[in-house]
Amino acid sequence: MDKFTTYTALAAPLDVANVDTDQIVPKQFLKRVERRGFGQVLFYHWRFLEDGSPNPEFVLNQPRYQGAGVLIAGENFGSGSSREHAPWALADYGFKTIIAPSFADIFAGNCVSSGLLTVTLDPATVGRWMRRAQDQEGYAITVDLAAQTLTGSDGFSCAFDIEPFRKQQLLEGLDAIGLTLEHAAAIAAYEEAHRQPWQAAVAGPGGQEK
Amino acid sequence: MPTLLDKIWRDHLVATDGQGQSILYADRHLVHEVTSPQAFSGLRAAGRRVRRPDLTFAVMDHVPPTDPGRARPLADQVAEAQLAALEKNCAEFGVRLLDMNHPDQGVVHVTMPELGLILPGLTVFCGDSHTATHGAFGALAFGVGTSQVEHILATGCLVQAKPKSLAVTVTGRLAPGVSAKDLALLIISRLGFGGGAGHIIEYRGPAITALSMEERMTICNMSVECGAKGGLIAPDQVTLDYLQGRRYAPAGDDWDRAVAAWQELVSDPDAVFDREVVIDASEARPMVTWGTNPAQSCAIGGRAADPAAIPDPADRADAIAALEYMGLAPGQPMEGLAVDCVFIGSCTNGRLSDLRAAAAVAAGRKVAEGVRALVVPGSGAVKAAAEAEGLDRVFTEAGFQWRMPGCSMCLAMNPDRLEPGQRSAATSNRNFQDRQGRGGRTHLVSPAMAAAAAITGRLTDVSRWEESHG
Repeated sequence: MDKFTTYTALAAPLDVANVDTDQIVPKQFLKRVERRGFGQVLFYHWRFLEDGSPNPEFVLNQPRYQGAGVLIAGENFGSGSSREHAPWALADYGFKTIIAPSFADIFAGNCVSSGLLTVTLDPATVGRWMRRAQDQEGYAITVDLAAQTLTGSDGFSCAFDIEPFRKQQLLEGLDAIGLTLEHAAAIAAYEEAHRQPWQAAVAGPGGQEK
Repeated sequence: MPTLLDKIWRDHLVATDGQGQSILYADRHLVHEVTSPQAFSGLRAAGRRVRRPDLTFAVMDHVPPTDPGRARPLADQVAEAQLAALEKNCAEFGVRLLDMNHPDQGVVHVTMPELGLILPGLTVFCGDSHTATHGAFGALAFGVGTSQVEHILATGCLVQAKPKSLAVTVTGRLAPGVSAKDLALLIISRLGFGGGAGHIIEYRGPAITALSMEERMTICNMSVECGAKGGLIAPDQVTLDYLQGRRYAPAGDDWDRAVAAWQELVSDPDAVFDREVVIDASEARPMVTWGTNPAQSCAIGGRAADPAAIPDPADRADAIAALEYMGLAPGQPMEGLAVDCVFIGSCTNGRLSDLRAAAAVAAGRKVAEGVRALVVPGSGAVKAAAEAEGLDRVFTEAGFQWRMPGCSMCLAMNPDRLEPGQRSAATSNRNFQDRQGRGGRTHLVSPAMAAAAAITGRLTDVSRWEESHG
């Protein structure tokens, strides 16, 4: 995974609460077996009309938000399905950071796996960023994960909290599986000490359908 | 003073990283075609193997069509490629697979418990948010993303921060005609759509212990609809009675040892939860959603929200958008709303007791003209059992379609879907925009309510069914 470095990008406001992962990537695109290319179908039903043409009403289709790299959204962003295609699509489209008052649990975990930073701020502060991105054309935000700060192109700034392990994983682009495999001895020892015979998933001799 | 969550967490702790993350052992890893292909590709690229194929079980459920004549290769070539990828991956990595034509094929969260694979005190993970279902057995179960699927395949472990505990104590009793689905929707409406975020819910109290295993699965299944990671119900005699004799459940001495160990799986009397909520089951009525998330619901006799009466601006904006999408006026009564389609099935309500409840309403009646009504059994075993007691004939004689097992119109990844603007009464778990098909309008209800809507062609109060249709 790529390391998360400090960057500055255009901020796009999506002033909607409870954006669910069905909206971020509709299910008809989940049949693909690849991990890339989902940016094309991000927010598909909002971005495109039924004839497939871009919906001029949708915020990300406005010329002023082309190339946006920071998304500002309402509370409970990423709710619903566990599909990791949602953060893949956001990242593939070009977002590296999402700012919202709250995120759904599974989605937030999937973002770390996908190299996306989720910044949780109180609703009033999210509102301040949202209004700036709406009111000031070309408004950009500098995201400094190491310092845990956001700084706008007008000088407005704030600090944010993040769990240390999420910060480290993003900053160092860690191979999470490799890290766990370093505990191979502990995993084997756990299996030796804690596993009961009845925990094995073996079809029993007397077992049958009920 | 540990909670049930504390005990299961402690029992599965392999190591901690000192930064708040734990390496948790995975007792069961359930796999399906949609969220696994990229995980297997990752394994292959890194030259890794599946560490515990013996604890890993795969099934095809999301994309298979449900028409009785379904066959491979599927007409949808992208879906066919996904099924072929699962077959290839399972063969290459030694994972057992219930393929589309297997007699036990079905929705992962219906079929795996039926096989006796889900036991009290286990950890159960799957790349699907409705993995929460399995908490009904007193197992710690929640959904994970594809990177975590790959992680579990490679290591047999999941890295997680420990969730908080939320006790939802349900007092009283459900009134006649009120189902576990109605209770789930009531709980979600009380907690709010994101109200359970960061928590595992432990459901407890007399109204919960009175539920059957299938009803408990319905309750735990929908935990994720208030943002909780999962739900838990302490195992008891109901759990044991369900499990004993199932194919993968322990037998003989192992069963006795397991039952003894499972006695510990209860929150201690002085356990401290991070949060506690009490709900009176006797307040539950047959519920229906009016909006575009599962917390936007009311009793069938109630009305859609009036945004003017919602003080919070974000909630108000959400309600306005939901009403517009759903084609409803502020404060519109829900009863009597005409539906185009009825879907009975899913990991929430696709089990035998759900089909019995729907069949009891449908028996001897006819689906209203112009209504498409689908019954999709949750698994091959559910289908066979329903057919053995003649439920298929009850449904087909009433004009319902009796279909093959799968996720079907819950999320419309297969050919079963709504047309734009169509309104459905569905027993599934999500009424999100476009969930059942672009522009489709979903009202979540119980199986009995869905069957009643099919018969009358309108959202109907099934608790007054006897007086109106008796």
